[in-house]
Amino acid sequence: MNFETIIGLEVHVELKTDSKIFSPSFNGFGAEPNENTNPIDLGYPGVLPVLNEEAVNFAMKAAMALNCDIATNTKFDRKNYFYPDNPKAYQISQFDQPIGENGWIEIEVDGKKKRIGITRLHMEEDAGKLTHNDDGYSLVDFNRQGTPLVEIVSEPDLRSPEEAYAYLEKLKNIIQYTGVSDCKMEEGSLRCDANISLRPIGQEEFGVKTELKNLNSFSFVQKGLEFEEKRQQKELLAGGEILQETRRYDEQTKETILMRVKEGSDDYRYFPEPDLVPLYIDEAWKERVRAEIPELPDARKQRYINELSLPAYDAMVLTSTKEMSDFFEATIDQGADVKQASNWLMGEVSAYMNKNQKELHDLALTPDALAKMIQLIEDGTISSKIAKKVFAELVEKGGNPEKIVKDKGLVQISDEGQLKEIITGILDQNEQSIIDYKNGKDKALGFLVGQVMKQTKGQANPPMVNKILLEEMDKR
Amino acid sequence: MAEISKEQVKHVAHLARLALSEDEVEKMTKQLGDIIDYAELLNELDTDNVEPTTHTLDLKNVMRKDEPRKWINKEDALKNAPDQQAGQFRVPSILE
Amino acid sequence: MSLFDYTLKELQEKLHNKEITVSDLVSDSYTRIRDVDDQVKAFLTLDEENAMEKAKQLDEQLGADASILYGVPLGVKDNIVTKGLRTTCASQFLDNFNDPLYDATVVQKLDEQNTVTIGKLNMDEFAMGSSNENSSYQKTRNPWNTDYVPGGSSGGSAAAVAAREVFFSLGSDTGGSIRQPAAFCGVVGLKPTYGLVSRFGLVAFASSLDQIGPITRTVEDNAHLLQAIVGHDQMDATSADIEIPNYSEALHQDVKGLKIAVPSEYLQEGVNQEVRESVLNALKVYEDMGATWEEVSLPHSKYAVAAYYLLSSSEASANLARFDGVRYGVRSENANNMLDMFKMSRSEGFGDEVKRRIMLGTFALSSGYYDAYYKKAQKVRTLIKNDFDKVFEDYDIIIGPTTPTPAFKIGEKIDDPLTMYANDILTIPVNLAGVPGMSIPCGFSSEGLPIGLQLIGKHFDEQTIFKAAHAFEKATDHHKKRPALGGDQ
Repeated sequence: MNFETIIGLEVHVELKTDSKIFSPSFNGFGAEPNENTNPIDLGYPGVLPVLNEEAVNFAMKAAMALNCDIATNTKFDRKNYFYPDNPKAYQISQFDQPIGENGWIEIEVDGKKKRIGITRLHMEEDAGKLTHNDDGYSLVDFNRQGTPLVEIVSEPDLRSPEEAYAYLEKLKNIIQYTGVSDCKMEEGSLRCDANISLRPIGQEEFGVKTELKNLNSFSFVQKGLEFEEKRQQKELLAGGEILQETRRYDEQTKETILMRVKEGSDDYRYFPEPDLVPLYIDEAWKERVRAEIPELPDARKQRYINELSLPAYDAMVLTSTKEMSDFFEATIDQGADVKQASNWLMGEVSAYMNKNQKELHDLALTPDALAKMIQLIEDGTISSKIAKKVFAELVEKGGNPEKIVKDKGLVQISDEGQLKEIITGILDQNEQSIIDYKNGKDKALGFLVGQVMKQTKGQANPPMVNKILLEEMDKR
Repeated sequence: MAEISKEQVKHVAHLARLALSEDEVEKMTKQLGDIIDYAELLNELDTDNVEPTTHTLDLKNVMRKDEPRKWINKEDALKNAPDQQAGQFRVPSILE
Repeated sequence: MSLFDYTLKELQEKLHNKEITVSDLVSDSYTRIRDVDDQVKAFLTLDEENAMEKAKQLDEQLGADASILYGVPLGVKDNIVTKGLRTTCASQFLDNFNDPLYDATVVQKLDEQNTVTIGKLNMDEFAMGSSNENSSYQKTRNPWNTDYVPGGSSGGSAAAVAAREVFFSLGSDTGGSIRQPAAFCGVVGLKPTYGLVSRFGLVAFASSLDQIGPITRTVEDNAHLLQAIVGHDQMDATSADIEIPNYSEALHQDVKGLKIAVPSEYLQEGVNQEVRESVLNALKVYEDMGATWEEVSLPHSKYAVAAYYLLSSSEASANLARFDGVRYGVRSENANNMLDMFKMSRSEGFGDEVKRRIMLGTFALSSGYYDAYYKKAQKVRTLIKNDFDKVFEDYDIIIGPTTPTPAFKIGEKIDDPLTMYANDILTIPVNLAGVPGMSIPCGFSSEGLPIGLQLIGKHFDEQTIFKAAHAFEKATDHHKKRPALGGDQ
């Protein structure tokens, strides 16, 4: 029997407002435990939530960028459950009137485009952080409590772990473009749970799904789903039954492990939050927010193809993260040639980042410096080969390319008289090579160029070296 | 007539994180049953076309500006904590 | 005569004339508490050292521009959060809650007016109850007869004012918790319009119904205390942003031509004969002053109690879930795992009534019952609110009894929740509709227990209530009687 895989993803994204969603505490990562808390975050008796307007604007931006319809009337609800990191024992969330619904994003896998539906996007508050010690106790830090979150629930439109990966990449990319979140999985500002089920091809009804948690990177999401896909298939083929359970992905064993079997649905006793009043989002408000959404990746990609005449592949790579795309645009704004800037970013810069496991913002390189370096190549001050040396310096230490070239004496030797003198000297010492060349051994020319480069530490202008060498040999 | 069983009372007590003795369960079953019975009175009313009221005030869009404000320090946060360690609240790890 | 038999205006004259000092007022308060509180049992926590220190400072700083509340001894219900001063809500769960870290907005506002907080007042645990018998510490007694309950849940707040232990106090009212004890103790208690007074720092029972309000001996003083605590608060999203009227100005307006509605449902069976007579006598007083009254119907009144218990308990089940033993309060010493920490701390910390309401609320919100109970009650709430809106199209004010009976004996109703709940039948609809309601003394039963008259106004129309209440007070002398306590005559 052949099966079809059905995957749906629930993604939580932290919004980077200055203060928390319902309290004026600082919203930020990395403070001392419980430093960014106040009686509201700690769920003290008598405190009340007051909604942060910017959190609503950010949620709206994210929803709009994901092509959601924005609710005109929306509200908050209490989701009741006890846990030490949930200080009020209810989470303020949205139940039946999410701020965004019916959205979609487009993904591309193996050159095929596909639209993935987004059921809903709703606002809620994040919980604190519980750390388990090995002495039988856990410690609670409430700094994260009250960080504004949006939960983005996809339709069960994904048909493979690969599609799930592409969906997450695209979702992250779009949200980063809007500027409402960093989407850093390692800092927890983007988190993902996955639902997966299998059904015999042709069957309409969905199979029983399992939920995967503890997925700490996009590739673990994909690997976890791949494992789960195989596990379920094996189970079903053996005549077994899939139970509705929550499983976690173990990064060491690369397996999914049972956490708990779900008995019915959890009873969260949602009801409208009486401490907050409803939201009425009129067209003017929606338009105000819409106007603040920057150009999104798909639009940018098209512009690179149409207006900058970049190949489709370049345009895709350059827009794959907002950081890369912004860097690229800043570089050409500084006057760099479009294709050169693209080549450097996709080539040397990307290679360096991959090799060193770094992001653009970790590098000392600035768009300005890259643009200047490209200009130095264009005007013949340095060769492409020398440029690699300059780049190595820029990427590690930064600085002004012109100064580096000058200080290190990397200026290309393009003075005909100077080159002639060097070449004459080399030809004098390598008469056999001249003979060889004249006898048709092309390799001899290469050898001679090499000697010139060696003597000039690579700074000789290569086309000129060629030209002068040939002229001088002709004379002999 | 509305009925509430002892099993339901136990389930509700678990949701509410209350430990009830068998005697308390017994008593609660009777008292809750009486109150719920009394609440059946509301079913005399046809409310199909009535909107529910959460707030009596006609307020909308009450929000604050995104301005952070330091209020208490981290020592204050732990001032009333029943148990603490290393600047954090301490609780038993084992679920049950 | 005690200093607390004067009005605020008279006290301020005496302060400015140097006849008395703030220290006199504050020490009088503590002296009186020492004399009578072992009978009344109104106070849970006293703050004598700080209060005397503050009194001394206020005496030094007294200026000509001092507020009318300057230096006046205040009692605060123990569900209103006071920074650095133990706040228990009369619950064992909060027995060790000695520094709640912040002041409620009302406490801050009164501090700006330089009142002096004497201590924290007893109540039914988490404001759930109508007799103060649900306090986990002590049963407050009715100062008029200590065999009787003072009412609840703000029983301590009403009894302390009636007993002249403080000049005035703050209470909170979710279903009658200011008005019913005010009626039982023969004092003036106002539940303001929902949204008029900030709830920030009021430990929530039912968020959509709770309001803080003033309890005083006279209507005039009530207007002054209300004036000091109202106003929009950015810390409370349900606090109304309206222009605040001058309530004292309303006091002296004429009631001639005032159109009074008297709900027939409020005078029907279940309402005690003496109560009914007192109310009818009061209406006669209004007639004599040129007001008119007519019987009207609030047809959904009989559904109010059921709707109220479902809604308030549902909200309470969530509001009281934060008492989990993690961040404050008493954690059970017997808990060895996480689930037990929650269950045992809560079970050991909460009393029976609190548990009962948490159970009811949890049930009403639970899967499969939400529509039948919670949502149904919200719809009935709409009908009740519409009843009031309709009457207020034609009338200026609604008047009736505050409670069906005067105070009952301690122990009389404690074992039967439904009978106890029925006591709030006349006050609950007011909370459901969100309108303001006041109780003022309008007579005494044959046993010498006070009877309360309830005045209900339109949304944010506290002025009409003050006008009508003040006119009645001027025309009668019920408020001048005082309970015989501690050798008083």
